[in-house]
Amino acid sequence: MKLNTLFGEKKERATKIVLRSVDEYPEAPISLGTTLSNFTGSWRTFIPIVNEDKCVKCYICWKFCPEPAIYIKEDGYVAIDYDYCKGCGICANECPTNAITMEKEEK
Amino acid sequence: MAEYKPIRKVVSGNYAAAYAVKHARVQVVAAYPITPQTSIIEKIAEFIANGEADIQYVPVESEHSAMAATIGASATGARAFTATASQGLALMHEMLHWASGARLPIVMVEVNRALAPPWSVWDDQTDSLAQRDTGWMQFYAENNQEVYDGVLMAFKIAEQVNVPIMVIESAFILSHTYDVVEMIPQELVDEFLPPRKPLYTLTDFDNPKAIGALATPDDYYEFRYKLAKAHEEAKKIIKDVGKEFGERFGRDYSDMIEKYRTDDADFIFLGMGSLMGTVKEAVDRLRDEGYKVGAAKVRWFRPFPKEELYELAKKVDGIAVVDRNFSFGQEGILFTEAKGALYNTSARPLMKNYIVGLGGRDFTLNDVRKIAEDMKGLIERGELDEEVEWYHLKR
Repeated sequence: MKLNTLFGEKKERATKIVLRSVDEYPEAPISLGTTLSNFTGSWRTFIPIVNEDKCVKCYICWKFCPEPAIYIKEDGYVAIDYDYCKGCGICANECPTNAITMEKEEK
Repeated sequence: MAEYKPIRKVVSGNYAAAYAVKHARVQVVAAYPITPQTSIIEKIAEFIANGEADIQYVPVESEHSAMAATIGASATGARAFTATASQGLALMHEMLHWASGARLPIVMVEVNRALAPPWSVWDDQTDSLAQRDTGWMQFYAENNQEVYDGVLMAFKIAEQVNVPIMVIESAFILSHTYDVVEMIPQELVDEFLPPRKPLYTLTDFDNPKAIGALATPDDYYEFRYKLAKAHEEAKKIIKDVGKEFGERFGRDYSDMIEKYRTDDADFIFLGMGSLMGTVKEAVDRLRDEGYKVGAAKVRWFRPFPKEELYELAKKVDGIAVVDRNFSFGQEGILFTEAKGALYNTSARPLMKNYIVGLGGRDFTLNDVRKIAEDMKGLIERGELDEEVEWYHLKR
């Protein structure tokens, strides 16, 4: 399954960089590559959940997502790329049918 | 290695700094004028106008912008310099953290000048010491020669540990007072100080990077540790570069604290900057009269040379800390640092803090003598009268 219509095949190659020891860190605080290796989803406190029973495929959430971390699946429903969704909740706020709910994420 | 024949010039401390910037082949200078720093950047502008130096000069609208532009230049890999004093340094404060946090080896000459109000343009170390926790290294020059040597060494040290350095001189006492300075021929400076090899640059277009990027709580801590470790490692680099400078040019800077007649001293003076020249001269005279006294000049305040201080402190009965600065609500800043550095050691000399010379008040040979007499009496009695004395106060 293609995860993201924007990143496409690139997204499939994306791998999160995890630095386990201080020696693995660069000497200065530089960016280590693009967002293909810096997953911003870890910033999230609340996680959006899509209820397809209520979704009317209007794509308002897709238009409003500032990341953008919402993509349209082949079946026409929307889904969220949790690697990049920061949990801002704009999608849930904008959804006219309340198909997206924000839930406390346990990590 | 070509034979070293120094070029002797009679220059002010500020001109000594400007010549060092030229000889270090600095590529970018961004600065804003402020008394008593202005003649540094005026002289650099003159070098550029005369075609004597190939430097990109960026006139900016404030010291905050001066440091911001210097950071930008350094991030491209250039050797970058600026200079300021007092209120200007205070305005730069935010950007000082950006320079050290991004690990950019900028060198800045800071002319110690009292902070207002009351308005003052004279010598006082509180301006630079108030920047203690910015992550910059700090070198205090005693005379114009040390301003020149300090700038050249600072680039070499900063570029090895990727930490910015302030080279600090006294308002007017050094900045505008002329003295003989031995300068080094350009080709020998070039041998000592090769072009900078940056860790990362913004102009590496094949490997694009953001410098000074965001770090979440998962990563920030490790970067702070790296900067702390760089300061520790700098102590060895300072020693190596100071020794190399001595071997090449005859003036050894391998000690972070210069020891003057301290070997058999009963007590010593501890201080920084130009006032230690006066103390050393007074020590000679006091020695002639039988006082067993020495002077310890803290060249590097950051990183703080606590190991060297311990070696000194364990051999003496007393330390008179002369601070041309003050931390309100506590005491002289060097005094706090020196006491703190010795706390977990076996060295327990009697230590007294003399607040001297604030706002350019003259600190004379006679003042050193009076402090020596006071210290001698305290050591004989074995107890302090008061921990901090406002020495010059009109009573």
